[in-house]
Amino acid sequence: MSKEYETVIGLEVHVELAAKTKIFCGCSTAFGGSPNAHTCPVCTGMPGSLPVLNKKVLEYAVAVGLAANCEITRYCKFDRKNYFYPDNPQNYQISQLYLPICRNGWVEIDTPDGPKKVGIHEIHMEEDAGKLIHDEWEDCTLVDYNRSGVPLIEIVSEPDMRSADEVIAYLEKLRLIIQYLGASDCKLQEGSMRADVNLSVREKGSEQLGTRTEMKNLNSFRAIARAIEGEKNRQIDLLEAGESVVQETRRWDDGKETSYAMRSKEDAQDYRYFPDPDLPPVSISEEFLEEIRARQPEFRTEKRKRYKEEFDIPDYDIEIITGSKHMADLFEATVALGAQPKKVSNWLMVETLRILKEQELDPEDIRFSPENLAKLIALTESRAINSTVAKEVFEVMFRENVDPERYVEEKGLKMVSDEGALRKTVEEVIAANPQSVQDYRNGKEKAIGFLVGQTMKAMKGKADPGSVNKLLKELL
Amino acid sequence: MELLSLSAVELSAAIREKKITAVEAMEAVLDRIEECEPQYHCYVTVDREGALERAGQVQKRIEAGELTGPLAGVPVAVKDNMCTEGMLTTCASRILENFIPFYTAEAVLNLEKAGAVLIGKTNMDEFAMGSTTETSAYGVTKNPRNPEYVPGGSSGGSAAAVAAEECFFALGSDTGGSIRQPASFCGVVGMKPTYGTVSRYGLVAYGSSLDQIGPLSKTVEDCAAVLEAIASHDSKDSTSVERSDTNFTEALVRDVRGLRIGIPRDYFGEGLDPEVRSAVLEAAKVLEAQGAVLEEFDLSLVDYAIPAYYTIAAAEASSNLERFDGIKYGYRADAQGLHQMYKKTRSQGFGPEVKRRIMLGSFVLSSGYYDAYYLKALRVKGMIKKAFDDAFSKYDCILGPAAPSTAPKLGESLSDPIKMYLGDIYTISVNLAGLPGLCVPCGTDHKGLPIGLQLIGDCFQEKKLIRIGYTYEQCRKDLQGA
Amino acid sequence: MANIITDETIEYVGILAKLELSDQEKEQAKIDMGRMLDYIDKLNELDTSGVEPMSHVFPVQNVFREDVVTNGDGSADTLKNAPEEKDRMFVVPKTFE
Repeated sequence: MSKEYETVIGLEVHVELAAKTKIFCGCSTAFGGSPNAHTCPVCTGMPGSLPVLNKKVLEYAVAVGLAANCEITRYCKFDRKNYFYPDNPQNYQISQLYLPICRNGWVEIDTPDGPKKVGIHEIHMEEDAGKLIHDEWEDCTLVDYNRSGVPLIEIVSEPDMRSADEVIAYLEKLRLIIQYLGASDCKLQEGSMRADVNLSVREKGSEQLGTRTEMKNLNSFRAIARAIEGEKNRQIDLLEAGESVVQETRRWDDGKETSYAMRSKEDAQDYRYFPDPDLPPVSISEEFLEEIRARQPEFRTEKRKRYKEEFDIPDYDIEIITGSKHMADLFEATVALGAQPKKVSNWLMVETLRILKEQELDPEDIRFSPENLAKLIALTESRAINSTVAKEVFEVMFRENVDPERYVEEKGLKMVSDEGALRKTVEEVIAANPQSVQDYRNGKEKAIGFLVGQTMKAMKGKADPGSVNKLLKELL
Repeated sequence: MELLSLSAVELSAAIREKKITAVEAMEAVLDRIEECEPQYHCYVTVDREGALERAGQVQKRIEAGELTGPLAGVPVAVKDNMCTEGMLTTCASRILENFIPFYTAEAVLNLEKAGAVLIGKTNMDEFAMGSTTETSAYGVTKNPRNPEYVPGGSSGGSAAAVAAEECFFALGSDTGGSIRQPASFCGVVGMKPTYGTVSRYGLVAYGSSLDQIGPLSKTVEDCAAVLEAIASHDSKDSTSVERSDTNFTEALVRDVRGLRIGIPRDYFGEGLDPEVRSAVLEAAKVLEAQGAVLEEFDLSLVDYAIPAYYTIAAAEASSNLERFDGIKYGYRADAQGLHQMYKKTRSQGFGPEVKRRIMLGSFVLSSGYYDAYYLKALRVKGMIKKAFDDAFSKYDCILGPAAPSTAPKLGESLSDPIKMYLGDIYTISVNLAGLPGLCVPCGTDHKGLPIGLQLIGDCFQEKKLIRIGYTYEQCRKDLQGA
Repeated sequence: MANIITDETIEYVGILAKLELSDQEKEQAKIDMGRMLDYIDKLNELDTSGVEPMSHVFPVQNVFREDVVTNGDGSADTLKNAPEEKDRMFVVPKTFE
């Protein structure tokens, strides 16, 4: 390669909002459900049906816009984007082109060269499309409109990113903001967060933007990183060969690690946007904005700061805990129930992270309640169970969110606190293991470990190893 | 008692007084339909069995004292672009030849609540695009006043059914004059209410920003009663307006003293049939004699309403009609591949006038033309609205003809679309400005074809129109009686 | 006629509107559309500078729904009019090559 190139990347991120109902009708947005169960005349484009905006969608969109430092458009409208495709029952999508709800924002990402601002060009509200399923057997396509009309926001960045790392940092930042707002769970794999990558290359130092392509179908951070690498190289190869890049939409095939052009001659890509006559404009009052502002949560930066002041836990723990809204909520709620912050943090850092990693889950997938974690900590604090038992109980609690107190009771896992019973067992162990007793008395300190183990075994684990150790030493 | 000649309000009174039952009224109408339909073809669907069954149920509720209003037990015909649960709804198009909705238009539900009994669905121009009811895929409707002439359109089936006494009243829809012009041609009363007064939910959209459902009736009194029943604030229609002054029958007062009526000179210029002109001006004089104050004025911009209208209506229609694609309902052509299926379905399913408007609409919205055509038309619409605002600062009502001529002969109009569009010149700006308009019969030409008087009000001023229309109608009755 | 509609334009509009016209229909459409656009060009006689495009006639604003599920399982109704149905879904010619 003779010249040095720079990659210029902008992102269009679609986020499914956590509203209970669709953007323009009272159908549920719940996942699953049999095909077309969550449908009505509005979200299937029946003749004569009309849309009515879900207020929650507007609230979420404004909340995300404020968190991303956007200007909120005080008078915004919906437009129709016209194109024929079976997943789009009206053959137009209700979206926003001319007056989107948010404009001119930014978020800050961390890069090896320090913090960097990525500009947000606009955020608009729109409706999701239905699902197309290819029927191999009949060689046809089946359409399910359950997702049709699910509320989305599309966050359009400025072309401010220069590498896959920056793109991923930006996406993680957006995800965190949106999760903190509770506006979406932002799961790439499940499609509740989707990114289209606009990418162009140019000679380093050039001010002019190259011709860009848009890549779709990117459903993991890994796929995004690979697609960026692949597309960058494809464009550089074209330029090096003296050819030019064609502005087009390409679909990334992660399995084959290659992209291909999606456009056919039947798609004119002329969306004929015009204001939707069925939806009156939205006018945003100062009171409405104030209401949303007042409801904004404490975001990560503030939370980090507060944790440092309030809780005596390591910075590393703070980073991890505040890296997930759900984990931070869990942490705070457990502490509020009286558990010691350091203990709560330990359970999250060690056992919780271990299981999440083993099972390839996100912190958002944690299902146990703060009440149960607090109870588990209380059980260990009061020495009602020992740490080995506690870990076992934790595993069950992680899986099934069981009440540790009840579980320990039912399974009979409580430590034997009866001094007489323990003394009796220790005496039996001493009597049954003369060799080890002899070794210990001969100065082999390690032998006591064996005896403790034997006692624990005899007690079926329900003894405090410290007390056993102490008692053994006393009796020997 | 000549049953079929009764007005809706008179019929419901007769039913209340037990002179006749709702079932007997329905039977009489169905007999009349059987007799007349071969000649006029007002209906796409007549639901004979269902109608009798519904009439029986309503009769029981009337007897139980549950239904007491002025429409209880009265047979009604509904234009075939309003969805009716379990009843074919075609929009007079092949593309909806087999569409049976599972929901009912809000306006029709409101009529049912008032006890009106649905007979069936009336013929219309395909998707309400036309002024003669000749673009229907199911045959033309003929004008009952003279079957060699068109009934007007697009609500021609509804207007003709009222005129032919094949129903006691009907619902139509008006996007550019589609209630008022056929009312004028058939010699019945028709009203397009203020935009947002009647819910559009369940009305198959043509030009969403212009469409409004309204009554076609024998008398102004019926018109007021029907409007009162169908007007509602509907949370399913975001453009529905909440208003508290929908007790329209209270405006049935024979008194126009002091009301200022503006007569736009631009409505009486070139292109207006002299017989229509004199009949309308004659009607104005009748009102003047009753104490109304007449004044001529220049409304302005009248010639720009049609091009602005056709741009906006075609643009909205091109988008509204995209949903007819052969996937979810209606006609579907056999074809290989998705795009072929779309194209064949739509090309075979839509008639020529609909295709013409879809193509025009797609073009004016397409890249590079949006500003020049569509936005320009929306700006002109703003100017037209302003011109009306100015006029209504001076007048309670604007009076003029509903159409430049009486009904043309069958088959004369479709060959020249522009000429057909010009026939909407007096009605179209009312839709652009969202205003109410009432058409009341005011005479006939030398061929015996009806002439209609159009009264235009400021938005939400239906009551003034009803009052003026009612006064005129009563005076005319007196004159004819004398 | 001031507006001459080319074959390409008719072809293009046909793609946008998903309409397939016969040669004869195309010729007619060229004439009709040209005449309509000539007629619409009349709007250019008006100076509209400074006039806001008016999409909604009334200042109705902020019409919202609450975020409450009101609809139950709609699949039976939704599919009632389907030209072709399989496994409670609409069948269309395949969309992937």
